[in-house]
Amino acid sequence: MDWISALVQGTLLGGLYALFAAGLSLIFGVMRLVNIAHGDLIVLAAYMGLSTTVMLGIHPFVALLIVIPAMAGAGYCLQRAVLNQTLGDDILPPLLVTFGLSVILQNALLEGYSADPQKLSAGGVETASVQLGGLSIGVLPLLTFLIAVAVIAGLQFIFYRTAIGRAFRAVSDNADIAQLMGLNKAHIFGLAMALALAVTAIAGILLGVRTSFDPSVGGARLIFGFEAVIIGGLGNLWGTLAGGVILGVAQTLGAKVDPGWQLLAGHVAFLVVLAVRPNGLFPRVAH
Amino acid sequence: MPEPILQLRVLDAHYGDFQALFGIDMDVSDGEVIAIIGANGAGKTTLMRSISGLLPNAAAQIVYRGQPIGALRADQIAQSGIALVPEGRQLFPSLSVEENLLIGGQVGRKGPWSLEQIFQLFPVLKERRNQAATTLSGGQQQMVAIGRALMANPDLILFDEISLGLAPVIIKTIYDALPQIVGQGMTAMLVEQDITKALSVSSRVYCLQEGRVSLEGRTETIDRDDITRAYFGTES
Repeated sequence: MDWISALVQGTLLGGLYALFAAGLSLIFGVMRLVNIAHGDLIVLAAYMGLSTTVMLGIHPFVALLIVIPAMAGAGYCLQRAVLNQTLGDDILPPLLVTFGLSVILQNALLEGYSADPQKLSAGGVETASVQLGGLSIGVLPLLTFLIAVAVIAGLQFIFYRTAIGRAFRAVSDNADIAQLMGLNKAHIFGLAMALALAVTAIAGILLGVRTSFDPSVGGARLIFGFEAVIIGGLGNLWGTLAGGVILGVAQTLGAKVDPGWQLLAGHVAFLVVLAVRPNGLFPRVAH
Repeated sequence: MPEPILQLRVLDAHYGDFQALFGIDMDVSDGEVIAIIGANGAGKTTLMRSISGLLPNAAAQIVYRGQPIGALRADQIAQSGIALVPEGRQLFPSLSVEENLLIGGQVGRKGPWSLEQIFQLFPVLKERRNQAATTLSGGQQQMVAIGRALMANPDLILFDEISLGLAPVIIKTIYDALPQIVGQGMTAMLVEQDITKALSVSSRVYCLQEGRVSLEGRTETIDRDDITRAYFGTES
């Protein structure tokens, strides 16, 4: 029973990792940009959540109404003002610039909020649980998983059923020819980053409610996100969810054997998938 | 004399240090079909890329309906009513046939062309509307590329080597459709290596040679020997 419980916990944890990964996957899929600052942007969203909840005295989930648009707006400006200038045939400039952005974000957060661990208080949701067939399941992990599924379904819908999603795919295929269709590449990229950071806002708030955070934890979230994307296969959003779940399950099963093995087991699972299926389990199929 | 829709004034184009076009002057009137002929490397595709905004130029070098557009971005030029059917078709591989057509219409210009009209022009595309664009044969892909440009309801349409690499029977189908397209009052510029094909549909012809206009004239009065000389640059 303990093992089944660990399996379920890991699956639900995978939802959070999928949320870390979805934004990363989207940014890479549309503009071939590897965003090293993604983890720090997640932490930034958590701190935005902290400030809004403390200043306005609202629940962290209500704070999403403010943090999501704020992060999306910041994403659009960041893309148009900075990142678009780095995109080209060379993949190195965006890597360096987002790495620099990561350093700046960490230090700015350290300056503004100090190194003390913080936590978002969600009024009991964190500790509540439901009984399901003899298993005790946390309400927050369950909610996180459901939100992850909804977010990925939403992104999937946007990508394959709407005009803006069509534009995302066209610009990703061939930016020059997409310009001929009247699509302004700089604007489309801005919108893609806005969408990615809107997802990041959700991930950041859920992270902050689940665990304590400080300005230095972004790096680990970036790694988890990357691993989920690679396990699932680049450019496949449902694959990203599967990747998150595999990573989460590996971690909780590892922790079950020995608490010190949690992170190691996740990384090992990642390496095994990479060795057996270098393109991930579900690489993007030609649509 | 119909009013000019497009004027090129001493148009130069460069790829880095390499100059591909030298002082091109052209006048295109509303409703005309212009053929651009010339050997490989004469600058025909460069000319198309310059007009459509994929290559940047000085503003005053390209004048469209009295407005200098040489320095605008490709998406702004597309919005103003110039569409390009690019060489090599260049469909979006992640999009279905129908999505490739719809994205052409996304500029939101009003006009006679809609998805239904395109499917009437090329019925085979309707049967294959949900297939990935790259699973189609070369000729069908060319139909999608033409349809995608038409969906923007342009005033000026540029065709770059639309018969390249296609079987003669397919080329015939596509050229048979041209009168229906330009019959709607659209102005067209047609880059073509097949001189006979080019002359059969156009009213005026420009010949390019090594980045310069080597010959210009009305199709019905132009001399074939002059064309040969202008095309290959041989003195006789």
